[in-house]
Amino acid sequence: MSRKGIPRSRLVLGVFLAFILAAPVVLPEFQVTLLNYIGLYSIVALGLVLLTGVGGLTSFGQAAFVGLGAYTTAYLSTVYGWSPWLTLLTGLALTFVVSVFLGFISLRLSGHYLPLGTIAWGISLFYLFGNMEFLGGHNGISSLPAISFFGLALDTGREFSYLIWLLVLLSLLSMQNLLDSRSGRAIRALKGGGLMAESFGVDTARMKIVIFVHAALLASVSGWLYAHLLRFVNPTPFSINAGIEYLFMAVVGGAASVWGAVVGAGILTILKQWLQELLPKLLGQSGNFEMIVFGVLLVLLLQRAREGIMPLAVRFFPASRTPIPASSQALPQRVRPVVGELLLEVKSVRKVFGGLVAVNDLSFTMNSGEILGLIGPNGAGKSTVFNLVTGVLPRTGGEVHFRGERIDTLSARAIIPRGLARTFQQVHLLPTMSVLENVAIGAHLRGSKGAISAALRLERAEEAMLLAEAARQLERVGLGASMHEQAGNLALGQQRILEIARALSADPVLLLLDEPAAGLRYQEKRALAELLRKLKSEGMSILLVEHDMDFVMRLVDRLVVMDFGEKLAEGLPQEIQSNPLVLEAYLGGIE
Amino acid sequence: MNSEIALFLIQDGLTNGAIYALLALALVLVFAVTRVIFIPQGEFVAYGALTLASLQLGKLPGTAWLLLAAGMAVAIVESVQALRFGAVRRIPAVIFTYIIIPGSLFCLAWWAAPQKPALTLQVLLALLLVVPLGPMVYRLAYQPLANASVLVLLIISVAVHFAMTGLGLVFFGAEGSRTPAFSDAHWKLGVLTISGQSLWVIGTSLALIVALLLFFEHTIYGKALRATAINRVGARLVGVSPAMAGKLSFTLAALIGALSGVLIAPITTIYYDSGFLVGLKGFVGAIVGGLVSYPIAAAGALLVGLLEAYASFWASAYKEVIVFTLIIPVLVWRSLTTHHIEEDEE
Repeated sequence: MSRKGIPRSRLVLGVFLAFILAAPVVLPEFQVTLLNYIGLYSIVALGLVLLTGVGGLTSFGQAAFVGLGAYTTAYLSTVYGWSPWLTLLTGLALTFVVSVFLGFISLRLSGHYLPLGTIAWGISLFYLFGNMEFLGGHNGISSLPAISFFGLALDTGREFSYLIWLLVLLSLLSMQNLLDSRSGRAIRALKGGGLMAESFGVDTARMKIVIFVHAALLASVSGWLYAHLLRFVNPTPFSINAGIEYLFMAVVGGAASVWGAVVGAGILTILKQWLQELLPKLLGQSGNFEMIVFGVLLVLLLQRAREGIMPLAVRFFPASRTPIPASSQALPQRVRPVVGELLLEVKSVRKVFGGLVAVNDLSFTMNSGEILGLIGPNGAGKSTVFNLVTGVLPRTGGEVHFRGERIDTLSARAIIPRGLARTFQQVHLLPTMSVLENVAIGAHLRGSKGAISAALRLERAEEAMLLAEAARQLERVGLGASMHEQAGNLALGQQRILEIARALSADPVLLLLDEPAAGLRYQEKRALAELLRKLKSEGMSILLVEHDMDFVMRLVDRLVVMDFGEKLAEGLPQEIQSNPLVLEAYLGGIE
Repeated sequence: MNSEIALFLIQDGLTNGAIYALLALALVLVFAVTRVIFIPQGEFVAYGALTLASLQLGKLPGTAWLLLAAGMAVAIVESVQALRFGAVRRIPAVIFTYIIIPGSLFCLAWWAAPQKPALTLQVLLALLLVVPLGPMVYRLAYQPLANASVLVLLIISVAVHFAMTGLGLVFFGAEGSRTPAFSDAHWKLGVLTISGQSLWVIGTSLALIVALLLFFEHTIYGKALRATAINRVGARLVGVSPAMAGKLSFTLAALIGALSGVLIAPITTIYYDSGFLVGLKGFVGAIVGGLVSYPIAAAGALLVGLLEAYASFWASAYKEVIVFTLIIPVLVWRSLTTHHIEEDEE
């Protein structure tokens, strides 16, 4: 979909920038004020786009963080005469401490505790502002100093507008950078892919705190700007209702693009202005009747277009396809074991669910360079074994050793760096991300740069190496041509291959595949078998859980047969095929 | 503080706590059955209280109009759906349920309000006007999104809260109302004076809790709700419609909310937007119980009531701050004691 000439998105951006530059000079005072508010709200809404739209978390307490930023600067700059630039940093530091604490206590619990916690925090802080004598109570603090910028005092709304929009644009840019990075992929995996991300070494709990703190810091910056724009603060704009309106802005805009924040803030600010004039006249009494319209509008929006307005807008701006950066350097690879070396040792592993013994003292070993099949009828406990080896489930008894190291006490996140990578029985992809980005999540632990260097684009060299590695693995499995498609558009067979490419990106020694052939058509199965043989010839060891006998028999070197949680038989495929016990249990004695 | 004040504060705290406990139970119920975090619960409290206040002034309450409008909206949504699926035969039933019945209730209120009937009848009428709004709100706002994530449902809840608060302002105005006590009786018990109103509140709350318990243990609908709470898909497979379960739980929540409003109206002045804070205090209680345990939620709500009573004595300006900050130690405690396993939603 590449176009000749200037892409449409660049053109719109150019027009927008020209507008922002000209508006404060040419527009009447009232419109400039409105524009300033849209900018202030955009910064807060941007944080919520990250938190809610991208990360799947929510906060109703953003207005309180705005208040924290505003009151910090108001107090310190009037009482102690601190420079506003110093109070900005103080406000950010304070917000950082509070948000880390709130995030830490509520994000370990289910998703709904964070929003409930932030409602309570928002209300508490609002009443605190209103009742603290030294903060001026409900009258607030007035006569804040103007911000001066290299000796130039920004004491009118028109001048201030440039500072606001400069910060809006910087926030948008850094957010866009962040989302298009190693950390960004981890953040985008939080909503709907938490389990998968953990299996590739993403610390999802930490990532959630990172985005919560990021959103809080943006709100705090907005508060600082607000305080010095008005040169006055009181508790009213930091109420819980304001916090809810910020969330509405983020939802209306949607998370399809960071610009959703500006669009949402713009729409809601202008709509509110218009409704506040219209409704009281219509109803013949005064009050915040726009609440009704906002509430109904949001319900309808979530019912009809849950992704907000941006997906509609984004369609007009085909994304320019970023070429994969040519990386001069490949990622380092781990030392591979010699073929035939003892790789995996499962010793009397046991798993009990309530009264059910799902895995009963199962033992087997696996050597480097072989394909081992773990088969058995439905309910035999194969997947449970798989989850015990990959650290998804805690075992009841027994031990698992990998390359001589005990791993059964480790979490999924700690197992992946040791060289075991897995696929999922039901594919776990992020359907709206590109195939390449999905695969790059597999290489998460082979990079180390965090959110801050991503926002500042200081990690481009590493990012290039990660993407090049993902592209290399896609070529290896034969999906190179679909690299830039959305993962959700692939057929199931290709999605399973994608999962294998993702696992390969982690540079594993042992590949664990959970029923990779389930639901595949005949041709797809043949292609899969061929791929696995090729990987084996390249020295990869593969543990395969499967119940498609035909598929397994022609592929594996050795088989372990399970039934009712116990090992029924073990041996070469031919031996298993003629084992009467296996025929009885697995094939039900039909043949 | 002497023991007389201490005892008075306990009585005060338990009275409010009983109401918060009722609300906490309704919140746990709605969350368990529908996964909806029912923020608009508080609006039902305010609507209940203000509807009763309007009736006592002999005025037609604004909620009567709202009932009529909401019924009409549901009737349109249901009819459109019936036409789309070719189930025209359902339309008469829809018209009866959502237009005729609300219409009759409206006429009843219009006829009865100026005659200022006895308090019991006024309470009954107020409940009849407010409670049907519960299932209607479920039908209009939540049912089309019943399978959405908890997060989306929560945002819907906040949106409904916004809309209902604004409508409260339209229908009841910005003035607060206080209704006369159910009972002026006072009993002296040593140093303590027990007010009849407190006994009414605590007694009604207890009666309602027992009634709920009997409902869940012994009726088929109660069992259906419990089944849905435990396993939504399983309940559906054995014939429990999720829409029915949703509407029923919202009806119960609306009933509990409106009744709480009726009970609290003589104790404190209720404004169109007071419900939010009252409902949230129920929430703090429910969170103590992790939104799953009924008895712990009720105990948590009583604790909120007591804390509030003592806080308003010692530091009345910081009352709300203290009550809502209680959630912090609760969250700390819960996050240290529960081991949460990440489930992927959506």
